Amino acid sequence: MREISFDQIREAISQMCIEANCLISEDIRCALKKAEQAEENPLGREVLGTLLANAVVAEEKMIPICQDTGMTVVFMEIGQEVHVTGGSIAEAVNAGVAKGYEEGYLRKSVVADPIRRENTKNNTPAVIHYNIVPGDKLSITVSPKGFGSENMSALKMLKPSQGLEGMKKFIVDTVIAGGPNPCPPIIVGVGVGGTMEKAAVMAKQSLLRPIGEKNTDPFWGSIEDDLLAEINKLNIGPAGFGGKTTAMAVHITPYATHIAGLPVAVNIGCHVTRHVHRDL
Amino acid sequence: MSEKKIIKTPLSDETMRGLRAGEMVYISGTVYTARDAAHKRLVEMIEKGEPMPFDFAGQVVYYAGPCPNKPGFVIGSVGPTTSGRMDAYTPALIDRGLKAMIGKGLRDETVIKGIVDKGGVYFAAIGGAAALMSQCVKEVEIIAFEDLGTEAIRKLTVEELPVVVAIDSLGNNVYQHN
Repeated sequence: MREISFDQIREAISQMCIEANCLISEDIRCALKKAEQAEENPLGREVLGTLLANAVVAEEKMIPICQDTGMTVVFMEIGQEVHVTGGSIAEAVNAGVAKGYEEGYLRKSVVADPIRRENTKNNTPAVIHYNIVPGDKLSITVSPKGFGSENMSALKMLKPSQGLEGMKKFIVDTVIAGGPNPCPPIIVGVGVGGTMEKAAVMAKQSLLRPIGEKNTDPFWGSIEDDLLAEINKLNIGPAGFGGKTTAMAVHITPYATHIAGLPVAVNIGCHVTRHVHRDL
Repeated sequence: MSEKKIIKTPLSDETMRGLRAGEMVYISGTVYTARDAAHKRLVEMIEKGEPMPFDFAGQVVYYAGPCPNKPGFVIGSVGPTTSGRMDAYTPALIDRGLKAMIGKGLRDETVIKGIVDKGGVYFAAIGGAAALMSQCVKEVEIIAFEDLGTEAIRKLTVEELPVVVAIDSLGNNVYQHN
């Protein structure tokens, strides 16, 4: 049994919140640079250049890339040989979020109740997903999610007869409906199969995969390629001003499902889609 | 790129009518932040016949809720939020004289009609370029709804805030390029 303390978790989460919000990840920086070189619409190119310049300013001054520092989504992979001491894991995560958002001068964007809407003033509670895995490590991913893009996400329970074409159409239609709102160029995270909630969580997890890493199953890898090409023909473009850079990646995660079902969840990530990973 | 087109607030009717969708302009002067919660309150105040916290004539409302400022910084990162969420409230504000807004993304037909009828303008700032835009802000003052935190109405003094004309007074729309 390996012991990991409440304080270790809190400190890690706190630092990861700040890092995720102020430092653009390398895969996204590369994808934006590549897109800037390839984009043909002058206004679109200008937008991409501005986003790259913005990332430089954010890094130099350690201020958030975007003012929407998100609702904090945390994935915890807990090795079954790990024992957490000094308090509960959820409390440690939330204490870390509160600390990070305060010390990092990040925006507090969370309301305690979806109808009564009073701000909790420390960005808690986080949305925490737990998974128990073999081993003695605690593997943490912090992904603050902005709601410009979250609001453009969708889930649909398709009929099995709608198949591949039905799935593709729903994904593309979701991107069309979002148009300029989710801050393109976007990352399209898709979960297919499982149950309703399983599809939604897989769609979120798909956003965590680094750009450039295709699905290892060639069947799904080629569907990702086809969808990316199709989406980039929509002429939504950077910031929605037109152009061929609407999405930087399409990531699909499939899972077994029921004989009667074909759940499809599409989670849209904006051009800063943040995620920081750390093992304790 | 051609020379920077800088426009100063308050915006005259002539200035607004001279803008065309798709052109990039830089705003200098005063803009007022207001987003979801502030809009809700403004409309409730209008319904009760109460005065507005500032006169809308020639002024620009910026749909934004900034991050807290670090010590030594005027303001935290501040970029536009999605404008569509304000569509339910915007017509009431347009009726009270508001003509210029900054945000990002699509507007509904009622808002577009209001902009065209009054000769106003809707600007799009670049979503996510919030660190860069915070550098354009020279002064900040909370003028209403301080209890709303990031959603309070802030009077910002800005220098050359970069925006794109998204919907002009003729109803041309930068998002309709397909």
